[in-house]
Amino acid sequence: VSAEAGLAHWLNRRTGEWKELAQAAQRLQRGRSHRTEDALHAVEGYRSIGRDLSIARRVMPGSRLTLGLEALYARLHALIYRAPHNKAATLRALFRDQIPHAVRELHRYILWVTMLFALATGAGWWLIHTYPELIGLVASDEMIVNVEEGRLWTEGMLNIAPSSVVSVRILTNNIVVSITALCIGVFFGLGTFYIIALNGFMLGCLFAFTHQHGLAGELLKFVVAHGLVELSVICLAGAAGMALGASLAIPTHATRRESFQHATAEAGKLMILCALLLIGCGFIEGYVSPDPGFSMASRVVIGVGYWFIMLTALNGQLFRRLNA
Amino acid sequence: MSQDQLIINSVTGVDVEFKIAGPGSRSYAFVIDWHIRLVLALAWFIVVLLAVAGGLSFEGLDDAGGGKIALIFLPPTLIYFLYQPIAELITRGRSPGKRIAGVRIVSREGDIPSIGALLIRNLFRLVDSLPALYVIGLVCTMVTKQNVRIGDLAAGTLLVIDHDRDGKSLAKMETLSRNPALDPKTADLIDELLERWNTLSKHKRRELALSVLTHTAQLTPEQLRALKDAQLRARLQQTLTGASS
Repeated sequence: VSAEAGLAHWLNRRTGEWKELAQAAQRLQRGRSHRTEDALHAVEGYRSIGRDLSIARRVMPGSRLTLGLEALYARLHALIYRAPHNKAATLRALFRDQIPHAVRELHRYILWVTMLFALATGAGWWLIHTYPELIGLVASDEMIVNVEEGRLWTEGMLNIAPSSVVSVRILTNNIVVSITALCIGVFFGLGTFYIIALNGFMLGCLFAFTHQHGLAGELLKFVVAHGLVELSVICLAGAAGMALGASLAIPTHATRRESFQHATAEAGKLMILCALLLIGCGFIEGYVSPDPGFSMASRVVIGVGYWFIMLTALNGQLFRRLNA
Repeated sequence: MSQDQLIINSVTGVDVEFKIAGPGSRSYAFVIDWHIRLVLALAWFIVVLLAVAGGLSFEGLDDAGGGKIALIFLPPTLIYFLYQPIAELITRGRSPGKRIAGVRIVSREGDIPSIGALLIRNLFRLVDSLPALYVIGLVCTMVTKQNVRIGDLAAGTLLVIDHDRDGKSLAKMETLSRNPALDPKTADLIDELLERWNTLSKHKRRELALSVLTHTAQLTPEQLRALKDAQLRARLQQTLTGASS
């Protein structure tokens, strides 16, 4: 038998199975729950396609047969090795174990970023306290005029837009700021450093400015219900960004890429919780903070209570309790 | 600098090989997706704007609350910014643009990427798109070994070539084995030539057809040269199927 005839015979014999496997792969790719027989059939098919591909690569390199087998082999490989679908278990593991683990891994950065934020706030306060005329650096003319006339810029917020619109706008903005603080950590942490320092600095400046006009108490009243968690989340996002920068500057794995990938995976998990917390903050800032009907005491209870919920979520206690 | 292939060791002993997509395929996929989201966003914007201008009233969406403005601007903005992550999540790394460009996202292990990886990949568009027009992302794909942007580095993903036609080519294998007298390699060549017949220039396809038929058809070179374009095609089909003329 000539080599060509042998090849043609092999092709004839195997074509049917390839077609059948290609269809099975397509079916498996579409669906989520499969029968054990289908999975076993795919595994068996993966082995036999591997053998066929090995022959095809040798005798018909670069042909469409080889390309077709390569594609089918890769598809079966992806199907067989894909992670199991169990969304509930994945979510449970994420909130109960993985996020607390990420927090533990990032605790040094959380500490440093919180210190940076506090220092920047102090610096902002000192600057405006010493040189009040510099408030124009961080506040708009309209804000300055309002405060000088004894009104906070937050007054009448609900006259401009309803709480729902205010909430969505605020939470979107906060989530974007947090994501930016994380992502620009890729510039060796410098981008994050700048964002955190700037936010802290502005907060300090505004508190000093309102203090000079006797409105610091009013500003605190506005901020306290949502601010505790909001600022904490900004620090958490900053810590995640710093960790990305550090993973590139001082790799902890064999390569910078692996180190960066690991840091991003950990930071990404933390960011999911941050985004959820910011949604809560957005609603508090839209419905509670601008509403004069809420007393200072109730605002403190909401703010501190939400902050404790955040702490229990960060160490996994909250979700362990919910699942208990 | 670039590396053409991603090779995954398999338990079968036969490596899984993926051809890594270059900046060209990536940009092509991106441009298609970008147009899709732009058209969708603009379509919403125009339809709602026309409806509002035409006097259609939206109960409960008072102007003071900005409801109407939100209805006009919010959905198109969401479509524009969320199209890419949502399309990638739903299709597990094969957004319409990628499908058309013949590429897909895989993890570094060759698997379908996880939801987390796809989300991270999309979050980092924020950096890749800096300072404008995806300059950082594009430069990254040009200078990195596996043509990846920062989002891919962060998520541990790669863009690989995945043409539908490669998968479909297996369905054609029966054609290749129809003529037992024909060597499968030549059959593959003839089948591909016939498939691409209309896309090739007349001169080129004639040249290729003559070169193949010289070895397979039982005609003299003079007889072959006398054949017209349509006759050459018919002769190739006969050779492939083994039918007698």
